[in-house]
Amino acid sequence: MRRHPNLGPPLLVAENLVKSFGPTPALDGASLQVYAGEVLALMGPSGSGKSTLLHCLAGIVTPDSGTVSYDGRDMAAMSDAQRSALRRTEFGFVFQFGQLVPELTCLENVVLPLRLAGVRRREAARRAAGLLERLEVADVADKRPGQASGGQGQRVAVARALVTRPRVIFADEPTGALDSLNGERVMHLFIAAARETGAAVVLVTHEARIAAYSDREAVIRDGRVREQEYAR
Amino acid sequence: MPCIVAGMSVGFALLGLLESGPCHGYDLKRSYDEQFGHGRALHYGQVYATLARLLKNGLVEVESEPGEGPDRKRYAITEAGVTDVDRWLTRPEKPEPYLQSTLYTKVVLALLTGRDAADLLDTQRGEHLRLMRELTQRKSEGDLADQLICDHALFHLEADLRWLELTAARLEQLRDRVRRNT
Ligand SMILES: Nc1ncnc2c1ncn2[C@@H]1O[C@H](COP(=O)(O)OP(=O)(O)O)[C@@H](O)[C@H]1O
Ligand SMILES: [Mg+2]
Repeated sequence: MRRHPNLGPPLLVAENLVKSFGPTPALDGASLQVYAGEVLALMGPSGSGKSTLLHCLAGIVTPDSGTVSYDGRDMAAMSDAQRSALRRTEFGFVFQFGQLVPELTCLENVVLPLRLAGVRRREAARRAAGLLERLEVADVADKRPGQASGGQGQRVAVARALVTRPRVIFADEPTGALDSLNGERVMHLFIAAARETGAAVVLVTHEARIAAYSDREAVIRDGRVREQEYAR
Repeated sequence: MPCIVAGMSVGFALLGLLESGPCHGYDLKRSYDEQFGHGRALHYGQVYATLARLLKNGLVEVESEPGEGPDRKRYAITEAGVTDVDRWLTRPEKPEPYLQSTLYTKVVLALLTGRDAADLLDTQRGEHLRLMRELTQRKSEGDLADQLICDHALFHLEADLRWLELTAARLEQLRDRVRRNT
């Protein structure tokens, strides 16, 4: 087990989350802690509640019971506006299918979150271009997402998630739609870039090779989490 | 199907089987063949040699019945024997190829003796993933040759891990099957 470099108090804490969509709960007493700057793999078979837990952690879904706190603040006590401000400024998201805006160029997609955060146009363009370069997709900057390959599109999506320098990035099967070679290239660049910015990454995956890019893992089974602890 | 249980595992398997009660060598061999033999029965010689080793190490004891010959002896597991089985089941295996036979034996024994088989599989998964992390790290720092060598190991470990996951998902089924065999 890797030793965490500076294990402070956890940044995100989920306690005893229960969430049902039907008769059987997707989460049934799930607890999890996410530390600043760590890469945490959230594993488990398909349908085990990984995405549901990620959505609860990110304040997208409200659990039936249990609490999520971010930086010591109870998410349930925040207003909708506060929660969405948090998602815009402190969190970044990468999903299985990039979910880029198809009408915008790749560069414009990465510029967008900066503009929403009030960054000036030229500064935003400079930072976005720099990140596309870092992720080795500068050549598709002026293309639309539809003209980029799957692997390139995911790297643009990673750039978009990282560009605002969020403290937490939620990635739900970010390589799930890619072949293994492309998937690994994306993971390699993604994790290296995330480590440079110091962002914590919550990485949902059912693939061990992808989870192997993490510092530690948590496994969901029967709606509960078995969390690996850091060696102290 | 290859012989399911290799080397050291036979001793632990026999010990684990003895946890349900004292047994003659002959009956022990039969339960072993039912659970782990899969068409390749143990030789009597191996059974008695293994029991002799366990006896010497204080992991089993003998309750003799009147008469002569090996089959007059009933073997019982000692407390030290139970502790030994515990330790074996709790300690993850060093990830390496052809581990399935050992892991399969461990899972079946845990189910047979009412221990936590899911926990055993989770611990082993952690051990596999730990090595996969190391290799992934080494790969990202190394040259092409390192990458290819690490990738080879990673694909094998991944296959093992998928087997661990599949087994975890089928524990209930396996428990029923194993219990029916006894
Ligand atoms: N919006 C939803 N409506 C109904 N059922 C859902 C919804 N989201 C998830 N579920 C159910 O909850 C369970 C867990 O789903 P999910 O969190 O997506 O699992 P995973 O991401 O591990 O595949 C599944 O049984 C799924 O069908
Ligand atoms: Mg999912």
